[in-house]
Amino acid sequence: MTDLTDLGIAAIRDGVREGAFSAREVAEAFVARVAAAKSLNAFLVETPDHAFAAADAADKARAAGETLKPLAGVPIGMKDLFCTKGVASTAASHILEGFVPPYESRVSQNLWDAGAGMLGKLNMDQFAMGSSNETSAFGNVISPWRRSDGGASGKNWAPLTPGGSSGGSSAAIAARLCPAATGTDTGGSIRQPAAFTGIAGIKPTYGRCSRWGVVAFASSLDQAGPMARDVRDCAIMLEAMAGFDPRDATSLDLDVPKWEAGLSGDLKGKKIGIPKEYRVENMPAEIEALWQQGIAWAKDAGAEIVEVSLPHTRYALPAYYIIAPAEASSNLARYDGVRYGLRDLPDGANLQEMYAATRAAGFGDEVKRRIMIGTYVLSAGYYDAYFTQASKVRTLIARDFEAAWESCDVLLTPTAPSAAFALGEKSADPIAMYLNDVFTVPSSLAGLPAMSVPGGLDAAGLPLGLQIIGKPLDEQSVLNAGLAIEQRAGFTARPEQWW
Amino acid sequence: MESTYRIQGATGEWEVVIGLEVHAQVTSNAKLFSGASTAFGAEPNTQVSLVDAAMPGMLPVPNRECIRQAVRTGMAIEAQINKWSRFDRKNYFYADLPQGYQISQLYHPLVGEGSIEIEVDDATKTIGVERIHVEQDAGKLMHDQHPTRSYVDLNRSGVALMEIVSRPDMRSPAEAGAYLRKLRSILRYVGSCDGNMEEGSMRADVNVSVRKPGDDLGTRTETKNVNSVRFVMHAIEHEANRQVDVIEAGGRIVQETRLYDPDTGTTRSMRSKEDAHDYRYFPDPDLLPLELDDAFLDECRASLPELPGAKRARYLSQGITPYNAGVLTAEVETARWFDALLEAGAAPAQASNWVASELFGALNRLGKGIEESPVSPSQAAELLGLVADGTLSGSLAKQVFEIMLETRGDPGKIVEERGLKQTSDTGAIEQVIAEVMAANEDKVADYRGGKDKLFGFFVGQTMKAMQGKANPQVVNELLKKALG
Repeated sequence: MTDLTDLGIAAIRDGVREGAFSAREVAEAFVARVAAAKSLNAFLVETPDHAFAAADAADKARAAGETLKPLAGVPIGMKDLFCTKGVASTAASHILEGFVPPYESRVSQNLWDAGAGMLGKLNMDQFAMGSSNETSAFGNVISPWRRSDGGASGKNWAPLTPGGSSGGSSAAIAARLCPAATGTDTGGSIRQPAAFTGIAGIKPTYGRCSRWGVVAFASSLDQAGPMARDVRDCAIMLEAMAGFDPRDATSLDLDVPKWEAGLSGDLKGKKIGIPKEYRVENMPAEIEALWQQGIAWAKDAGAEIVEVSLPHTRYALPAYYIIAPAEASSNLARYDGVRYGLRDLPDGANLQEMYAATRAAGFGDEVKRRIMIGTYVLSAGYYDAYFTQASKVRTLIARDFEAAWESCDVLLTPTAPSAAFALGEKSADPIAMYLNDVFTVPSSLAGLPAMSVPGGLDAAGLPLGLQIIGKPLDEQSVLNAGLAIEQRAGFTARPEQWW
Repeated sequence: MESTYRIQGATGEWEVVIGLEVHAQVTSNAKLFSGASTAFGAEPNTQVSLVDAAMPGMLPVPNRECIRQAVRTGMAIEAQINKWSRFDRKNYFYADLPQGYQISQLYHPLVGEGSIEIEVDDATKTIGVERIHVEQDAGKLMHDQHPTRSYVDLNRSGVALMEIVSRPDMRSPAEAGAYLRKLRSILRYVGSCDGNMEEGSMRADVNVSVRKPGDDLGTRTETKNVNSVRFVMHAIEHEANRQVDVIEAGGRIVQETRLYDPDTGTTRSMRSKEDAHDYRYFPDPDLLPLELDDAFLDECRASLPELPGAKRARYLSQGITPYNAGVLTAEVETARWFDALLEAGAAPAQASNWVASELFGALNRLGKGIEESPVSPSQAAELLGLVADGTLSGSLAKQVFEIMLETRGDPGKIVEERGLKQTSDTGAIEQVIAEVMAANEDKVADYRGGKDKLFGFFVGQTMKAMQGKANPQVVNELLKKALG
């Protein structure tokens, strides 16, 4: 019998429907696997009862002859940025330690309404700020992947990053601890970890998924999306997650397309743009080679390849690292020790001193760094030079994309400028860390749908991802191009179990 | 007309320049960005949504009614309505501000330039309004609940306020008082704010500077959160005199925020510009720009009532005196009641006098507002009709009105049941006059001997004998004839 934990969303859904196995069996298999993978530190909280309850509901519905919900019997992992009712939600920060929301985020509620169950809350970079999962207050996640060459430095099995900020999600899926998980993407936090761990992940158009109940990092950029084994699973899960929410003023009041039904790997008549500015300095030859391979696959699927220009690309990263911290500095002001979470009240402290002590103790270094940057760029006398300028750059970047859509339907680029790096390798150098987002940030600034699909392995046996960026609201074309590449890449590699 | 209000200093006369920023709570059942209730006086922290408490992941969603009320207010002062506006965050830390920022509008307010006309000493003056923007109120700290701790009540947190910013166009405490009263009146007509200063629904930040007449503007101070018209006028007077004293003593006015102490009538420094916050305003990324369409604006405009200025002009054209017109339009409830009275058929001039004297007098005595009047506008119209057609004399009308106040009965019925109809029956009156003259022969002689003043005595005696029901005009005529 197949190991149920080898199955993805579609296979589990169909198997439960057909009675090949029960949802309970699926939940038990994953729960056991989660329990046996503590060394990866992917889960902050395990919620087997939640998964079992959803599974039992699915089995009961099937026994009663009812039509099963779209995700009936599918247990998933939930990034800890989502507030989950009655289950600790910390955004991987000490400042929210012990916080148990009395409410359920809209996206997680949508998933439960679709029949999914929760295996637990997934580790992440603190407040989603980071690209390696090392900023979590509860220890970094370790990627299930290992270099086949023992590591460039000769260190045996140097533990690798699963990417970030949705590193718990990527690691858990790659290690088969869950068939799929939620992620959030502000500047690449779904796509880069997906690329680092050989899985698929899509950030939909800004506004597709409600931000209600998702701990805010940078409101104008934050967007939830699914991470899963393959493109089809992403389509299925995104359908369940998306939808208008009147409680989020930036939510799009549009029907959710039937993305799964619309899947097609046939790209005949489609034009795929290759942005020349994404050929960055010092990009590893393997990334360039994978990109060329991706272009070949796209051609093979019937697409026409066109070169396009996104001239303001080089300004995207600096603009992002002004806008995102600016919003974060304000969004994180609510963590003040007054109403919930950590409170550090030294003897005789006044209000200001309580704020200072609480925030000093509660926030990690990277969070503090971004609050400081954000506070600085919004300060009187600096606002125009930084924030206003960055906002203008953002508009120019959006225009770059609009111009590109005149000659192509989607863009194809690498997801990240390298494969997964070793934990600790970049944590001392914030700029090197920020450069990881160079390919993912521009589409975030423009609010565009973008996904990463596995393309192949590098010489060290580590996964590399290809990114597809689409027009606003055109997730379908993104998914379809992703599917075409997935079908041709035939990516079946998986980490050998060592944990 | 330019104000002649001056502060007499040791070095001569000083002119006072005043601008007001009025915070008016928007009348709405729900807060600006959350569904929580806004009722006043509820138990602490019972009207707080997850959004108001700034729980993680909570998001603001603009309340259409609050926007509508602010737009209607702008229209009422003939201000420019900005079809595109935006909310900004004003960032600062305080325990009554759960989000760590107030959502306000700095760069692109909802309402632009408008104006308000005031009347001071029978002269009209136009005060410019620079802008009206919409923002969230903060919660309230309570320091008296515990010996060492402070408590926070978030009931007000997130309640919608309009900040109505005037130009520095006022030159005296009286002008500032008139502006506030007029603004309050307009807000209450429009129904966008109840204007209740005691409950904090309306409060003013008072900007004051002084200068020698004709000089450039002086440095201003801002006295925060003054919560009555009287206090605003006091605060201006005190602050202007203080500034003159400082300058004349060789000092300089520093731009600062001050607090008014109603107990002493003085202001004191709260913080100077040097330690002012850097609020780091920036567009709120949780909210899209506010875009108003024509249908929405049309609905706002169509829903506006007749405003005090227009109403006053109409009353004047109906023959009502300027004084009465002022009294009747000052409060929206009075105007509504009076309009109902006119609609029921009362003659405007007669009705305005009756309301201003009889009705107000009675309500004063009863300690009731006009909206609680025991006599309805239609009953009052009927009463005035009975006077107009001669059924009731002035004094009989007063009697009937007293009975109406007590019994809430209709005047026609009261007249009928109690026989209070005035009589013009000359035969009956002549008979009473003859009796009165017979009983007072000495006074008749005195009158005929030239004591004209005794005429009133005979009128009184006749009316008394007829229990006030005689038509006084007829009594006069017949008495004159009988006394010769």
